[in-house]
Amino acid sequence: MADLTTDFIGIKSPNPFWLASAPPTDKEYNVRRAFEAGWGGVVWKTLGEAGPPIVNVNGPRYGAIYGADRRLLGLNNIELITDRPLDINIEEITRVKKDFPDRAMIVSLMVPCEEGPWKDILRQIEDTGADGVELNFGCPHGMAERGMGSAVGQVPEYIEMVTAWVKKHSDFPCIVKLTPNINDIRYPARAAKAGGADAVSLINTINSITSVNLDTLTPEPTIDGWGAHGGYCGPAVKPIALNMVAEIARDQDTSDLPVSGIGGVTTWRDAVEFLALGAGNVQVCTAAMTYGFKIVQEMISGLNQYMDEKGIASVSDIVGQAVPKAKDWQDLNLNYVTKAEINQDLCIKCGRCYISCEDTSHQAIAVSEDRVFTVKDQDCVACNLCVNVCPVEGCITMRQLPLGATDERTGKKVEEYGNWTTHPNNTAANCS
Amino acid sequence: MSQTSYAPGISAGRISADTILDNFADLHPPLTDHEALVAADRCYFCYDAPCVTACPTAIDIPLFIRQIATGTPESAAQTIFDQNILGGMCARVCPTETLCEQACVREKAEGKPILIGQLQRYATDRVMASGVHPYLRAPDTGKSVAVIGAGPAGLACAHRLAMHGHAVVIYDANKKAGGLNEFGIAAYKSTHSFAQDEIDWLLSIGGITIHTDRSLGRGLTLAQLQDDHDAVFLGIGLSGVNTLALDGDHAGLCNAVDWIASLRQSDDKTDIAVGRNVVVIGGGMTAVDAAVQSKLLGADTVTIAYRRGRENMSASMFELDLAASKGVRILYHVTPTSVDDGSITFTHSETGEEINLPADQIMRAIGQTLENAPETLAISGGKIKTDDHGRTSISGIWAGGDCATGGDDLTVTAVAEGRDAAEDIHASLMGKG
Ligand SMILES: Cc1cc2nc3c(=O)[nH]c(=O)nc-3n(C[C@H](O)[C@H](O)[C@H](O)COP(=O)(O)OP(=O)(O)OC[C@H]3O[C@@H](n4cnc5c(N)ncnc54)[C@H](O)[C@@H]3O)c2cc1C
Ligand SMILES: Cc1cc2nc3c(=O)[nH]c(=O)nc-3n(C[C@H](O)[C@H](O)[C@H](O)COP(=O)(O)O)c2cc1C
Ligand code: SF4
Repeated sequence: MADLTTDFIGIKSPNPFWLASAPPTDKEYNVRRAFEAGWGGVVWKTLGEAGPPIVNVNGPRYGAIYGADRRLLGLNNIELITDRPLDINIEEITRVKKDFPDRAMIVSLMVPCEEGPWKDILRQIEDTGADGVELNFGCPHGMAERGMGSAVGQVPEYIEMVTAWVKKHSDFPCIVKLTPNINDIRYPARAAKAGGADAVSLINTINSITSVNLDTLTPEPTIDGWGAHGGYCGPAVKPIALNMVAEIARDQDTSDLPVSGIGGVTTWRDAVEFLALGAGNVQVCTAAMTYGFKIVQEMISGLNQYMDEKGIASVSDIVGQAVPKAKDWQDLNLNYVTKAEINQDLCIKCGRCYISCEDTSHQAIAVSEDRVFTVKDQDCVACNLCVNVCPVEGCITMRQLPLGATDERTGKKVEEYGNWTTHPNNTAANCS
Repeated sequence: MSQTSYAPGISAGRISADTILDNFADLHPPLTDHEALVAADRCYFCYDAPCVTACPTAIDIPLFIRQIATGTPESAAQTIFDQNILGGMCARVCPTETLCEQACVREKAEGKPILIGQLQRYATDRVMASGVHPYLRAPDTGKSVAVIGAGPAGLACAHRLAMHGHAVVIYDANKKAGGLNEFGIAAYKSTHSFAQDEIDWLLSIGGITIHTDRSLGRGLTLAQLQDDHDAVFLGIGLSGVNTLALDGDHAGLCNAVDWIASLRQSDDKTDIAVGRNVVVIGGGMTAVDAAVQSKLLGADTVTIAYRRGRENMSASMFELDLAASKGVRILYHVTPTSVDDGSITFTHSETGEEINLPADQIMRAIGQTLENAPETLAISGGKIKTDDHGRTSISGIWAGGDCATGGDDLTVTAVAEGRDAAEDIHASLMGKG
């Protein structure tokens, strides 16, 4: 049995699966159910300053994108931070943490961009027993219009300033949650580090309009005839999140900065991917909102089985394993040659590989009269499109040509490693 | 020369050995990896899923399907075995069309349920083929429990007790363990030596001893068992058969369960004799299985004769469709009155007509009865009376499966009752000790 316990910036949890700050963590009732179901930790729904609570829209808050079979791929929301009174949240956090001392309890915070309110809120949550704080610099709608959330997260100087206040006024381990609505994620990450952050978490949601109602011609979700952009999350955003996590792990300035990976984590596999690209743990929102808390059982059993099968003793041994292999395009080996190969026993003869290659790629798949599909090595550029569109897993694979073999397409022999920086066609390389 | 379906009388080898082999292949062949992924992907991961409620052992079906969909069938098998240690057999024999798959929301939505039974087989086959037994015994408790009957109820009970660290001794009257898994289930559901392989795999947890050819009521007494052990579980099934009073003599009269048992014990089935014209009397699973297997052995005509209407029949629509697809004819509302050499006569209960059918072989499948139950135990409706925990009227004695009240006479129900009784025995032994 593998050891799933994790120590993230000194915060221990029985497994690396935390719930992200969002509706699943908005109340004692939900969080108790989450802990009972087995979640390793939660980031409580973002708290704002004391005073009159936030108000939410009373119409629909979410919009969705579906895949086949109405499988939810992307969710968009226009919800704000918690709309419940601060003192009630604080009481609940304290009670739940007391009853579940082995789980991680992080409090997410968002108050106006001044030192006073940050100092106040930190004092107010001091005695909750929470294990740390997360600074929400990510919310892209509503709060941003009021100078908070992503309005802070898009300005590195503000991130550094607020993070420094938090470190000055409390001993809490501090996680800075980043917005993806920015050109280069490395700048806000460096700023968080400069401000003294113990870790960053990412991504928060992405600015989005999910759809337009074609009868009323209004953006969805529609509130009384109008729509506003919201934050996009769920399986669809995972690739964006993975890249941003990897960018931070690869950056010299932040490679030692712990990362909590968020964005589209739906199964144990997604979680391992985030870990491999440098995340110390993961946070989940949409998957729990789609299927309920029980999915964590699959995440735990899947990670367990994976680690046992691979002989990995602890979660930390996975962290960052893929980082040295995440490179720039110019580092890739241009002398690595592969050809698609179709397994005729597995082929169900749908023809999708053929038509995608024929219409949109390199005309490298032949079809016989009795619908046998074969790859023409002299035309295949190994783009992988046929593999991607084939509905049968493992039916089309890429075969590597060994060193010295002839690539029938180019007539050239396969050579040793060579990348763009030294390629004869690279005029820049030649003049240096 | 070789015989044919049309040879008169009762004989073996009506069709070639190869055809018999084909006919008795898996009713549902195992899913390939691709088929399993496609099937698993259709699951909606319902909350408080109706399929789980419909499963007598309450396997967490959405979870195990999600585990298959995410590429961990081994974890899926563990989810299944946690609830049902005979999940492999149940995947093959459960009438899923009246259990989990009937409750599937996609049955309601499109009339096409998720292939739960076949996915269950996909996951459990994988683990059993690897030879891994995923449970360890708890440290020895020093307690010993006698389990009477090595059918699904007894085996499930024994395994759960062993898991809790008790020493288990199983006694079975038969020459082989397995109960109806080994001697009753249709051969095209449990193919090859699956029943025995599953028992070997189950026993590999350790701490369980099986004595065959040991019968309660003949040699073994309840008093002796209670003296030698800390608790007793009875999973003796229904080993008697109902008889049928008929005028006249017929050389080809037999009990369907006996005929099926000999079929199940035959390696290639070429030695099993079947009539040219077969009549099966009854309306349950046993009648359907006997009729279908007669047909698969090359009988020319096979008729199921049932005394009431379709709506009273305990066989499911799927079973009846299967029988029809193999060419079995079903007569409703007919009561047998007399037999003669080579024929049987019925009266139609609604029209009063007399129906005479040619019959070289007549199989009785009109129900099994409790036999050899200790007289001191309270009986209700022909079964040993038990409460929700499987406790009988005598303290220290539990019962479950077909021999006990509660639940349908199904393999999966027997497993559930055996498992639950084991939990209660464990609680009571540890409370005591
Ligand atoms: C022909 C047939 C087909 C069936 N098909 C299906 C099917 O497809 N799907 C399904 O779910 N169910 C089916 N069933 C029902 C299912 O087989 C039973 O519900 C199930 O086997 C009951 O399990 P059990 O452990 O209670 O009893 P059994 O399986 O009957 O096992 C009882 C065991 O106790 C032993 N025993 C009996 N008396 C004594 C004694 N005095 N001392 C010691 N040992 C004793 C027997 O030798 C036997 O091994 C079928 C039944 C029959 C008869
Ligand atoms: C309805 C909703 C409300 C959210 N509210 C918050 C919030 O209050 N604070 C916060 O930091 N993130 C909030 N988020 C963002 C999530 O915590 C998370 O970063 C994002 O959804 C990406 O993860 P996912 O793809 O697993 O959903 C919210 C997301 C949703 C869907
Ligand atoms: S999910 Fe609950 S709160 Fe939301 S619309 Fe449906 S019923 Fe209302």
